[in-house]
Amino acid sequence: MSIAGAEIKVEEKYISLFKENQGRLNIMASDVVANAREGAIKIFEDKGIPNRKVESYKYTNLNPQFEKDYTCDFEHEVFNQNLTEVFNCNVEDLEAITIYLINGWYYRKNQLPDSLPEGVLIGSFAEFSKSHPELFETHYNKYAKNEEDSLVAMNTAFAQDGFFIYVPKGVVVEKPIQIVNIMKAEESFMAFSRNLVVIEENAQAKIMVCEHTLSENRFLVNAVTEAFVDKNSVFDIYNIQNQHNLTTSISSVFVKQKEHSSVLTHNLTLHTGVTRNNIYVHMDDEHCESRIYGLYVSDKTQHVDNFSFVDHAMPNCYSEELFKGVLDDSATAAFAGKIMVRPNAQKTNAFQKNDNLLLTDNAKINTKPMLEIYADDVKCSHGATVGQLDEKSMFYLRSRGISKEEARVLLMYAFAYEAVEKIRVEAVREQIRGLVEQVFRGELNKCNSCVLCGQVSDNEFTCM
Amino acid sequence: MAENQDKILEEVTGSDYKYGFTTDIETEVIPKGLNEDVVRLISQKKNEPEWMLEYRLKAFNHWLKMEQPEWAKLNIPKIDFQDIIYYAAPKQKPQLDSMDDVDPELKATFEKLGIPLDEQKVLAGVAVDAVMDSVSVKTTFKETLAEKGIIFCSFSEAVQEYPDLIKKYMGSVVNYTDNFFAALNNAVFSDGSFVYIPKGVRCPIELSTYFRINATNTGQFERTLIVADDDSYVSYLEGCTAPQRDENQLHAAIVEIVTMERAEVKYSTVQNWYPGDKEGKGGIYNFVTKRALCKGDYSKVMWTQVETGSAITWKYPSCVLMGDHSVGEFYSVAVTNNYQQADTGTKMIHLGKNTRSLIVSKGVSAGKSQNSYRGLVRVNKKAENARNFSQCDSLLMGDQCGAHTFPYLEINNNTAKVEHEATTSKIGEDQIFYCNTRGLSTEDAVGLIVNGYVKEVINQLPMEFAVEAQKLLQISLEGSVG
Repeated sequence: MSIAGAEIKVEEKYISLFKENQGRLNIMASDVVANAREGAIKIFEDKGIPNRKVESYKYTNLNPQFEKDYTCDFEHEVFNQNLTEVFNCNVEDLEAITIYLINGWYYRKNQLPDSLPEGVLIGSFAEFSKSHPELFETHYNKYAKNEEDSLVAMNTAFAQDGFFIYVPKGVVVEKPIQIVNIMKAEESFMAFSRNLVVIEENAQAKIMVCEHTLSENRFLVNAVTEAFVDKNSVFDIYNIQNQHNLTTSISSVFVKQKEHSSVLTHNLTLHTGVTRNNIYVHMDDEHCESRIYGLYVSDKTQHVDNFSFVDHAMPNCYSEELFKGVLDDSATAAFAGKIMVRPNAQKTNAFQKNDNLLLTDNAKINTKPMLEIYADDVKCSHGATVGQLDEKSMFYLRSRGISKEEARVLLMYAFAYEAVEKIRVEAVREQIRGLVEQVFRGELNKCNSCVLCGQVSDNEFTCM
Repeated sequence: MAENQDKILEEVTGSDYKYGFTTDIETEVIPKGLNEDVVRLISQKKNEPEWMLEYRLKAFNHWLKMEQPEWAKLNIPKIDFQDIIYYAAPKQKPQLDSMDDVDPELKATFEKLGIPLDEQKVLAGVAVDAVMDSVSVKTTFKETLAEKGIIFCSFSEAVQEYPDLIKKYMGSVVNYTDNFFAALNNAVFSDGSFVYIPKGVRCPIELSTYFRINATNTGQFERTLIVADDDSYVSYLEGCTAPQRDENQLHAAIVEIVTMERAEVKYSTVQNWYPGDKEGKGGIYNFVTKRALCKGDYSKVMWTQVETGSAITWKYPSCVLMGDHSVGEFYSVAVTNNYQQADTGTKMIHLGKNTRSLIVSKGVSAGKSQNSYRGLVRVNKKAENARNFSQCDSLLMGDQCGAHTFPYLEINNNTAKVEHEATTSKIGEDQIFYCNTRGLSTEDAVGLIVNGYVKEVINQLPMEFAVEAQKLLQISLEGSVG
């Protein structure tokens, strides 16, 4: 169905879209998911689409994106092609459990390996919300901050499907779980995906979310992932974004951590139109450790905005944040990081860093590393730098007979290296290393392919 | 030890605000409240020309349309702008030809404050413009300065005598539409100081203004305008105190600086308005707009501030680096204790080529106070080779205070080099232990460490102010071991 809208306010369009389709939204939804909608749409109605006056969206105005008209798919149209035949991801040395999402919907023909450790659940958000209501009641919509961000509320209101992962007590999922989200439509398309990850005590899991676009039209993706990481668990989430220039991707990750847990989030934005990543980490117990990383490599007129909020609610936690960006052509980027140390969170160690390379006159960066500290026995620091390639290093390389272009690539790569090395899955790290180098050499221009394996879809097209 | 610390902390925070006395001087006040008539009345009292009144009214009408800003990390109780007296002047204001004409009470007041108002104190080498309750009461060394062509007088005097200069520069840096408090100031400002340094003149002595709020229920709205013409130099000092009162008083000032080619202005502030009592009752709301325009090439502006007073501080001395090769520097020490709140920092706007800016901000929070650094570094598209370095450190002394950092970096040019660094920590136990082993008491050790911590900023202050600032820091913090 298409949304018509001209003079009416942008928000109105989506509110009436919600009202018209409320019934359809709930066809597949469980009560927990359905019940959260009302409150969420209310918040969305009150706050509207954030404009530049909203402090956390100061540098990213999404209104023009939302003003466009999109089609939506509220009754999942079954994808007829056999996706695994069209799209097969084989990263060298990477043995992963791979599942697919199509336009935010869980692909029904996903085949999970038989060797999945006992008790581990991987599958459709919608289906599991019905079959495992107890898990959803405890965790669904408990960590997402609808109040803080109206776009998260919007997702809660429209959420239908996505992926769900549950790792029970003491189970270690050795293989990384790869979630390939493919966007493919005939016309401008909007998708909401909603994901939930529950890692119980002493468990471990690593997930990779790969975002792709397989058709040439405009996309708007609003995805929310909630993760609960219980005592002594380890959880990694890598978000690898490789979408074409007409894509607007809003991705929010909310993590809640318990005692002695360790979390790593990494946003790798390799190609995109407009991207907004929100990362909220809430350390709700002592001795938590979280590592929040990001790397954005943008050119043309791409825009990347990373927003992070690290909440040190309890004492003795450790957090480390590193975001690196390389901006070419007329690319713009924003970074806002907030470390909040609550009044009793003594012995907190929190570090935050944002480094940027501007390669041209037209590239732009706005960075805002913030500290808000209410406890005295803490070590917190933040830093931000903006600069160019070092002339001395350049000269050194040139004097050793390396061509200007090659020296440039080497130096850019050296700059990005620190962020790439933070990836804890070796095979992925290797792959990303190569990819980043390709981006710098200007070789990665097939944005309709899977970045990890280079798999190209049947109807190949070039990037805009 | 903890108990001992608390005791020391209490002693220190309980110590009296040294400048909390009031002076029994007859003041002429106009009734409370603000409307167009009040603006007219102020203008009339000051015998201002028509254009000035028009300017005030324009600002007032604009102010009516504005709302008090809420973006700062401050909890500002609602201010009733109708409950403030907008004009209070010491009564015998009159022609002051010699020192003898000054009201003896007034003289005593300034003596108590340790201000060398007396012209005999030539050795102090400071020319003073004392502003009490928004009215300039005495400007010293005028003749000496006049010989060099330097104009240093009260703002109202300047309006009468140098209307061309005022017309040209007033509002050129901080326009009346700039912000809520600036608009208010433009409408009701009562007095302030005006400085003009002609081409090629290096001001031989330091110029200084002391601001003092005396009357009850009054707001102080002064404005300072400094114009430094080509190749000139001036160092300007500003000090502020107020009596101890239960109610909050509003201070909304404007400082404008314009520097022409190769001119340099050094502006130092030791701000010690009454901060309120231990319970957070009373104190001054210090909402000040300070901005410098480095108009000429190679010009330089340096802001140095030591902020220890005020219940609430909202202040961002800024530099607009318009001329090529211009330089802006900002050094700040902000100390908050008890229930004080401070949201302070700077803005460095790089417009010209090869401009440089440096920000050094040191925050110290104790008691239940909240201390925020908020700063903006913007490099515009045409500002090639801009260079900025910012260092913002916070020191926490006590587990109920907060220290926050909100830096904004907006870079639109790829030749810019911008760095920002910030740390937050408390005084290391190992540092204190080291001092203890060398026979220093914990209290002395803290004093020593804090002094070392803020040294970078204090070093930028003129000698006399540095001493005062150090004393102030001692009063505010000595012994408050976190």
